[in-house]
Amino acid sequence: MQRIINFILNNKNTLLYVLLFIISIFLTIQNSSYHQARYFNSANWLSGNIYGMNASVRGYFNLNEENQKLLEENQRLRSLLFNIDPRDTIEMDTASLTYEVFPARVVKNSYAEPDNYITLDRGSSDSIVQDMGVITSKGILGIVEKSSSGFSSVQSVLNSKSNINAKILHTDYFGSLKWDQEDYRVVQLEDIPRLDPAPMKVGDTIVTGAMSSIFPENIPIGTIDEIELNQAGSSYKINVHLFNDMTNLRYAYIIRNRKRPEVLNLEKEVANDR
Amino acid sequence: MTDKYVWGTIQFIGLVLAQVLVFNHLNILGSINPMIYILFFFWYPVQENRTVLIGLSFILGFSVDLFSDTMALHTAASLTTAFFRFPIMRFVFGVNMEFQNFRIANSTRVQQYSFLALLIVIHHLTFFGLEIFSLPNLLLILKRILFTGISTFVFGVLLISLFSGRKE
Repeated sequence: MQRIINFILNNKNTLLYVLLFIISIFLTIQNSSYHQARYFNSANWLSGNIYGMNASVRGYFNLNEENQKLLEENQRLRSLLFNIDPRDTIEMDTASLTYEVFPARVVKNSYAEPDNYITLDRGSSDSIVQDMGVITSKGILGIVEKSSSGFSSVQSVLNSKSNINAKILHTDYFGSLKWDQEDYRVVQLEDIPRLDPAPMKVGDTIVTGAMSSIFPENIPIGTIDEIELNQAGSSYKINVHLFNDMTNLRYAYIIRNRKRPEVLNLEKEVANDR
Repeated sequence: MTDKYVWGTIQFIGLVLAQVLVFNHLNILGSINPMIYILFFFWYPVQENRTVLIGLSFILGFSVDLFSDTMALHTAASLTTAFFRFPIMRFVFGVNMEFQNFRIANSTRVQQYSFLALLIVIHHLTFFGLEIFSLPNLLLILKRILFTGISTFVFGVLLISLFSGRKE
């Protein structure tokens, strides 16, 4: 017993190091799968508030630019509004709408890491929960991965775990949107089957698909930069140039699909029946 | 005595805030962010308890991780740096370490910079070695180790010379 205690006392630094190192490795590995959302992220109270203060100071330097963006978005929405068929009645009851939109401010953004996360200043107290879509006026941003009471952590499209259903505009050819961790302006659209002639050209627009219960259909993502075949030659691998400038984000919209629980329930039941 | 702890705390918080609010957003050449919080291991008093240093390094790494969404990569790297700090000091400063009044500020420039460089090498090797699992190719990692290391060293040297007067 004496020897054991002596051994521990003599090697206490090494033992402490090994113990803490194992803890940190454990915490890192936990991050590996998407649905095991991380315990610790920048959406916690402390870092959220510090980033929030930081963002409110920095916000003043971009007011002109932000106004310009808002103006452009309003212009686009107004031209849409003026060109739809006028209906007799416009539903004022927002409870019957499928999608609900919450505005949020980006308090932390990263784009140079292999796995990027964005922190927004809306959290579970604003009814933001996991798996809500996040967009900006220009295009998609990512999916909410975890939320604390006042902040939420968003898995950016620039993340190796990101996998979003996307399609070519005005067609029904869909694939999954991933990121190869190389260029923060370019993401990859995979699994679109090989066809002759190819259903797309360089410069075509990529939008979100209808297969996802997170994003509404036809939210812009980017334009096609480059089309190549995958190694087996059976499907295309398309480089998509994002509409969003991921390096310069200030405001975002969080989208809640009211029918998502229903969809998930149905899918679960079908899976159980099999 | 208390003065020392107050300075230490300010330094600790200052380094974490500088890292997460300024240096994490530099993105030199697109993706290079110097990790200047390593300077904590440079400035930490030589004669202090090693066990305390390992404990502090865990908290330091963890605070940076909380802000950077990197899980515990910074924690593991800064722990390893703290653990190997003593052997590195032995290697760099040699016999001088034995003297009671030895201070890093009194050693030669070459010794100071090689101490810093070795701290950075240990830290970055652990950090990017663990990150290897999330990066697609080896070349990208080697590139990141090299460029991040150089930028950390340059900013480290600048900050050390900026604050060198304070330690006397």
